[in-house]
Amino acid sequence: MLSHLNLEATELRLGLPGSDDLPSTNKRPSPEDHQTPPAPKAQIVGWPPVKSYRKSTAAAKSAEAESGMYVKVSMDGAPYLRKIDIKLYDGYSHLLTALEDMFKLSIGEYSEREGYKGSEYAPAYEDKDGDLMLVGDVPWEMFMSSCKRLRIMRGADARGLASAQH
Amino acid sequence: MCLFQSVMNYLPKEVLEHVFDFLTSHHDRNAVSLVCESWYGVERFSREKVFIGNCYAVNPERLIDRFPRLRSLTLKGKPHFADFNLVPDGWGGHVYPWIEAMAKSGINLEELRLKRMVVSDESLELLAKSFPNFKSLVLVSCEGFTTDGLAAIASNCRLLRELDLQENEVDDRKGQWLSCFPESCTSLVSLNFACLKGEVNVAALERLVARCPNLRSLRLNHTVPVEVLQKILVRAPQLSDLGTGTFTHDPDSETYVKLKNAMKNCRSIRSLSGFLDVNGRCLPAIYPICTSLTSLNLSYAPGIFSNELIKLICHCKKIERLWILDTIGDKGLGVVANTCKELQELRVFPSDLYGVGNTAVTEEGLVAISAGCPKLNSILYFCQQMTNAALITVAKNCPNFIRFRLCTLNPIVPDAATNQPLDEGFGAIVQSCKRLTRLSVSGLLTDQLFLYIGMYAEQLEMLSIAFAGDSDKGMLYVLNGCKKLKKLEIRDSPFGNMALLSDMGKYETMRSLWMSSCEVTLGACKTLAEKMPRLNVEIINENEAGEDKASCDDRHRVEKMYLYRTLAGPRTDAPDFVWTL
Repeated sequence: MLSHLNLEATELRLGLPGSDDLPSTNKRPSPEDHQTPPAPKAQIVGWPPVKSYRKSTAAAKSAEAESGMYVKVSMDGAPYLRKIDIKLYDGYSHLLTALEDMFKLSIGEYSEREGYKGSEYAPAYEDKDGDLMLVGDVPWEMFMSSCKRLRIMRGADARGLASAQH
Repeated sequence: MCLFQSVMNYLPKEVLEHVFDFLTSHHDRNAVSLVCESWYGVERFSREKVFIGNCYAVNPERLIDRFPRLRSLTLKGKPHFADFNLVPDGWGGHVYPWIEAMAKSGINLEELRLKRMVVSDESLELLAKSFPNFKSLVLVSCEGFTTDGLAAIASNCRLLRELDLQENEVDDRKGQWLSCFPESCTSLVSLNFACLKGEVNVAALERLVARCPNLRSLRLNHTVPVEVLQKILVRAPQLSDLGTGTFTHDPDSETYVKLKNAMKNCRSIRSLSGFLDVNGRCLPAIYPICTSLTSLNLSYAPGIFSNELIKLICHCKKIERLWILDTIGDKGLGVVANTCKELQELRVFPSDLYGVGNTAVTEEGLVAISAGCPKLNSILYFCQQMTNAALITVAKNCPNFIRFRLCTLNPIVPDAATNQPLDEGFGAIVQSCKRLTRLSVSGLLTDQLFLYIGMYAEQLEMLSIAFAGDSDKGMLYVLNGCKKLKKLEIRDSPFGNMALLSDMGKYETMRSLWMSSCEVTLGACKTLAEKMPRLNVEIINENEAGEDKASCDDRHRVEKMYLYRTLAGPRTDAPDFVWTL
């Protein structure tokens, strides 16, 4: 419930000046009957109180991220590459299902010890430092920010990759 | 005339001046000038540094008249809440009239420090050309200038020692301002351009660094790559304060190795910041300097993951000032608590400004820090949640807080464990910390907290309140109790006319009062303005342009009010949307 925040005051409305109702005086919920506080996402101007300089610097950085994270996906043996926006996926299984679908192949189960053992294909990616990494080792958020390019490798080649990680 | 007074009057002026020379704090000098006319006279002719906390409290002519030997001026402009977009553009705070007046009067200005002011290129040009001995320019949270203005400073200030730009909004004109420092400029001690967005001429930068042997402080912007940083460090191993530009590089490359070696050679670095774009795997390069660091600012480096941060912190045993993001987590704060026993100031900023963060810190981290760091006296903490129990523990562990600012990401969140307001927790803080001068509160808070503040916060000078309190009583407790209060800023709280008007004389003892989205009406503000001619009571009215003051109903709530004591009368540069009542 946002009524106690009196967001009407900042609302854009059509009407003659001076015709607003005077808002209610009871601004604060009493401790006994407070409802669930509004989620921080409710756009309160100036909250949290972070300097606008700091906010705009952070915004500039996340703007790069906001514009979609398109990465090229290559598959060993395929004639051309594809491109996907990894921001659209909410986790590894989602991503892998999409890749299986796109390339009409099966990737199999991930295990920390053995990678994608037994699969025909295994997903790998090139990270910020240019290294070839097995998909699935790091937390999803970390993967999203470090993945530059995806490569679907043949299972046999990938096994070397998996054992090299450990 | 008493004996003391007569003796004092016979002391030659030179002796008094010499004694006053030892008084550096402006508080002391202000006090001295109030003793008697003769001391006032001696003091005003000998004062070289003046601090003006509100640029509209006094006008430039009066300043120059009283302090003709002025060499260093500090000015602050917009109200603090301007930092959070609560003050519209064009409000004011222009420095030009000050520079113009000082130039005309032949003031020998050497140092200018500005905060939250509007600085035009024109003012920078006038500044650069009017004061041949000008040495130091510090701009914090200012706006209105471009790199052209910086070029003017660089070109004309022959004796420039310090150019320090902190968190300003600067328009980048893609000029070559850095190249404007002439070859003859060898006096730089401090150069900070971290807030600039555009590229600088790195060759000019390297040459500048090479010819300034006294350079102690250098803060680069994000366009300066690691290769250049490495070369600069080789030329300036005497640096004591470094702000890196980007810090992303292939840790297996030759440049990285060179960087590590250059860093090892910089044995004087005590303060480190920057990392504006960072690859966490490059951080080990700085481990050698971490052992002697006293100040570390990683708050602009969201790319460092928690475990990398923790590894880094383990090397920083002498840290006294630490600014980080909440990506460090409670666990990381636990590591800080175990490692950084010299910690005095901690600031934990939110990394996720637009959503509900999962990596935010909670009361646990704060408690850990309070338990582990006995010298802690200043904190700014953005957190997901808080409890009274935690705050009470913190108050017990750290009775030495001077500044305590706590910001819950949800402004009215109650105690996470008991669902009660956070009154008792903050109350414990003010009761325990007898030297507290600055306090910001948040979370679910009732009038009870303000009763505690009025009762216990005897040294409090600045108080920030948002979405708190139940009635006028809350504000009254504060106004009546806090004798040393200088700045009070309140937003979205149910304080109204009764509280505003109960002790109008109080505002002449304070620098300023800000109230927005509260319950005060236009009529009450008019009453206050009428009764107190030495206050400027300003209303910021952002509604339809052209709305007449006269057509506004006195019963209407005022959206934004800012009042301050002043000797200068109503200001002449107020824009249309600012009404001085």
